[in-house]
Amino acid sequence: MGISASMLSQFTAVGSPIVPGTRMRDVDVAIKKRMSDVALNAARAKGATYTDVRLGRYLNEYVVTRDKNIENLVSTESYGMGIRVIANGCWGFAATDRLDNDSIARAAETAVAIAKENSRLQTEQVQLAPQKGYGEVTWKTPIERNAFEVPMKEKTDLLLSVNDAAFKNGANYVNSVLFMVNEQKYFASTDGSYIDQDIHRIWPVFGVTKIDDKTGKFETRSSLSAPRGMGYEYMMPRESDKIKCQTTLYRDRYDMLEDAGAAALQAAEKLKAKTVEPGKYDLVLDPSHLWLTIHESVGHPSELDRVLGYEANFAGTSFLTLDKWKTGKFNFGSKNVNIVADKLQPGSLGAVGYDDEGVGTKQWDIIKDGILVNYQAIRDQAHIIGLKESQGCCYSQSWRDVQFQRMPNISLQPGKEKLSPADMIKNVEKGIYIIGDSSFSIDQQRYNFQFSGQLYYEIKNGKIVGMLNDVAYQANTQEFWNACTAVCDKDDYRLGGSFFDGKGQPMQASAVSHGSSTARFNGVNVINTARKI
Amino acid sequence: MAILTENECRTLLKKVLSYSKADECQVSIYSSDSANVRFARNNVSTSGFISSSSMAISSAFGKKLGVITLNDYSDESIQKAVKRSEELAQFAPENPEYMPMLGPQTYPASGETYVDATAAITPAQRSKMVEDSLNIAKQNKLTAAGFLQDSAASSAMMNSKGLFVFNKGTNVNFSATMRTADAQGSGYVTKDYNDISKVDIKAFSAIAAKKAAGSLGAKAIEPGKYTVILEPAAGIVLLEQLYGSLDARSADEGRSFLSLPGGKTRLGEKMVDERVNIYSDPTNPDLPATTYDGEGMPLGKMSLIEKGVVKNLSYSRYWAQKKGVKPVPGAANIIMEGGTQSLEDLIKGTEKGILVTRLWYIRPVDPQTLLYTGLTRDGTFYIENGQIKFPIKNMRFNESPVIMLNNLDALGKTERTVSGESSQSALIPPMRIRDFTFSSLSDAV
Repeated sequence: MGISASMLSQFTAVGSPIVPGTRMRDVDVAIKKRMSDVALNAARAKGATYTDVRLGRYLNEYVVTRDKNIENLVSTESYGMGIRVIANGCWGFAATDRLDNDSIARAAETAVAIAKENSRLQTEQVQLAPQKGYGEVTWKTPIERNAFEVPMKEKTDLLLSVNDAAFKNGANYVNSVLFMVNEQKYFASTDGSYIDQDIHRIWPVFGVTKIDDKTGKFETRSSLSAPRGMGYEYMMPRESDKIKCQTTLYRDRYDMLEDAGAAALQAAEKLKAKTVEPGKYDLVLDPSHLWLTIHESVGHPSELDRVLGYEANFAGTSFLTLDKWKTGKFNFGSKNVNIVADKLQPGSLGAVGYDDEGVGTKQWDIIKDGILVNYQAIRDQAHIIGLKESQGCCYSQSWRDVQFQRMPNISLQPGKEKLSPADMIKNVEKGIYIIGDSSFSIDQQRYNFQFSGQLYYEIKNGKIVGMLNDVAYQANTQEFWNACTAVCDKDDYRLGGSFFDGKGQPMQASAVSHGSSTARFNGVNVINTARKI
Repeated sequence: MAILTENECRTLLKKVLSYSKADECQVSIYSSDSANVRFARNNVSTSGFISSSSMAISSAFGKKLGVITLNDYSDESIQKAVKRSEELAQFAPENPEYMPMLGPQTYPASGETYVDATAAITPAQRSKMVEDSLNIAKQNKLTAAGFLQDSAASSAMMNSKGLFVFNKGTNVNFSATMRTADAQGSGYVTKDYNDISKVDIKAFSAIAAKKAAGSLGAKAIEPGKYTVILEPAAGIVLLEQLYGSLDARSADEGRSFLSLPGGKTRLGEKMVDERVNIYSDPTNPDLPATTYDGEGMPLGKMSLIEKGVVKNLSYSRYWAQKKGVKPVPGAANIIMEGGTQSLEDLIKGTEKGILVTRLWYIRPVDPQTLLYTGLTRDGTFYIENGQIKFPIKNMRFNESPVIMLNNLDALGKTERTVSGESSQSALIPPMRIRDFTFSSLSDAV
């Protein structure tokens, strides 16, 4: 589907609140292996031809503030096992949080029974790309400081200081949240893999609201942070990671205090900003905004399950049909558009050693010099596009849910020629410079989209002349990417992303990053969103 | 695995409270069994069964609260958990907005939320239901994708002040999208009930099949303002943005579409057409609901919008105390009164307009005006002189449900539907709306 609108409800769906510091101790890897073997053997005994087991301990922690108060300190833990089998050529799945041998074996048998029951309806048998067993291996997110081990007081003090910084600059209301995730996943399969992974993510966010008492108008400016596959080091500001423009933008370290102070001033400025004149503009899109446009208009349509129709009932299908790809000439975008799929990039949300069906991760091209060259495929899809192996982008949000194809990091590559955002703006006659993400919507085949941002600056004759408001742009995906006339160089490259990319039924959330440098798109249709009620 | 009974819950929760040394202690428990079958390309794609349970223990000392959850219910585990929640409460910062736990409450009887036959659905039944849907697709040379999910769940809450409440419920949800072989036509249906006997897979699937065939050869029309008939599955995704935002605090604070200058709100003000009546009633047999909220507050019948006037905004217990009013919990369920006309009657009475099956990817654009954007999907048809004339290409809209309900032209008969965005059910009538704003065309089918 896309990024979920209800972030917190998605987050809580994965686990339940528990006391910080009282989580279960790490389970010994030998015990995990023994438990997994119970499932593998039980499924095999009932006739499964393939089985994989995911024994997962999913820890979330979030600190929630409202104005001057800590509203909630929540830690969640979810621990259990998901067992996926192929029997009679059909998938079956069962999950349980009762982890004694009998319950595990019963869940494995249930998964086989479901597969056999449904196999009579199958006309296409599951065909898995071969995957060698890795034996016993491990992988861990390279973090400098484990956010779960940072004293709670340090985290609550930081957020309360952030809120204070906004109040000092005139904010009326401030909400801030620090999300932390740790997935401890053990994967075992009948291919002979026993994979132990420890994955960390962090995401600080806030919303600062300013109200004009006389008119009753209000404006909010949200944080310009990014969710990252990092530890608490992301929260430690570093001057070399700051980019100064109309506001300060951040690379691999975030200064939440500074951003909140700026946000309060900018929310007040938004209240007085000029309402946009609808029409065609050249858009200069900052990575803090462009990541979401990449996600919706490039990431989702190149998911092979959508292309094939597996998401037709919910998330939708795709305009990037196989016939277009087979021509080898489908002109997705201009020659400036090079899009790479990636599960390796350090600090990104998608980075893992192995995906959730035991495939080692990698990097590959999706759009090369503007041409569609590949998709995102997992083991049971690889043969459809002539691949001999999976691309390693299978994921499940928890042990309770069945794994399926999810978006790897999908990123626009920087331009090869030296170009800064300031130089890019100098050449724009009539344009809008957009920073930060906001409203987003796209159709079920990913043709027609509409996006808004946090900050809009009007460009006239190469200069920024002031702030605009009520801006949204609409475009057709292929036309938009063909209107990409320039991409700034690698010095401007930054990651954006979300924890809450939603897809599937029942819907599952997945964390994904999207990198880019600032890019220019010519002649895009801008509408005015102001209304009266 | 079976869900926990009322007696099992009561015994377990009493035991938890017996270990408490806090000023106040509250325990809630939830258990569920859920199964699903997902299909696509006229095949079963994934299917599964999930059984799980969890308990949350909240201990409070003064205004300091600690919460822990667990799913190991042995004596030792429970004792440890109670102790840990008390340690956390002592450690936690004082929350100025903390409200004392409620004492015993009197709850209205809820509707029939639990149906034995739904809880007893077997894998073979599920498989047969999916087969029925696939057969409709194949008979009509269509490709089906869909989802069938059923669940049974129980929940209970007990606290040291004598509050106890229990409820259990079942649910079955079915949706299907049928597409023509050339992928140029698409039709959709979605249904959701507590009672499996109300689920007629063949009839539901036939609706999707008919819309798919009928949507072939869609023509493009110029975006702009049109009269639309929103089927309930389309209307709910915009209406839920309105009735889900009827909150007093954000209105009082000046950051809601309900806020007015000078700290005033639109509570008591006529905001939409006088034919709009939206209320909750947990005893409604078509949409039975539980009669308590997460804090144990009783939920009964309550008007939200009456004759177009905003009648009630929800007040949390903290905000109600601060404002000197009675707390108003959120709605138990949502019912919008309709008229007597069928969908077909509404079509017959339309000179020129657009019939919308489904709205999709609904996202907020401006919270000040409750402006939302999204697109039509899976069956959009042009109506002329009371008849569906031809299918049209999908379009993007930018519209506020407040403006939409001011432009209400006619209401049909209320029916149960489920939101494709939030998965929440409601009783919603088909609505005919004037001047609905479409802003661009989409090539999506």
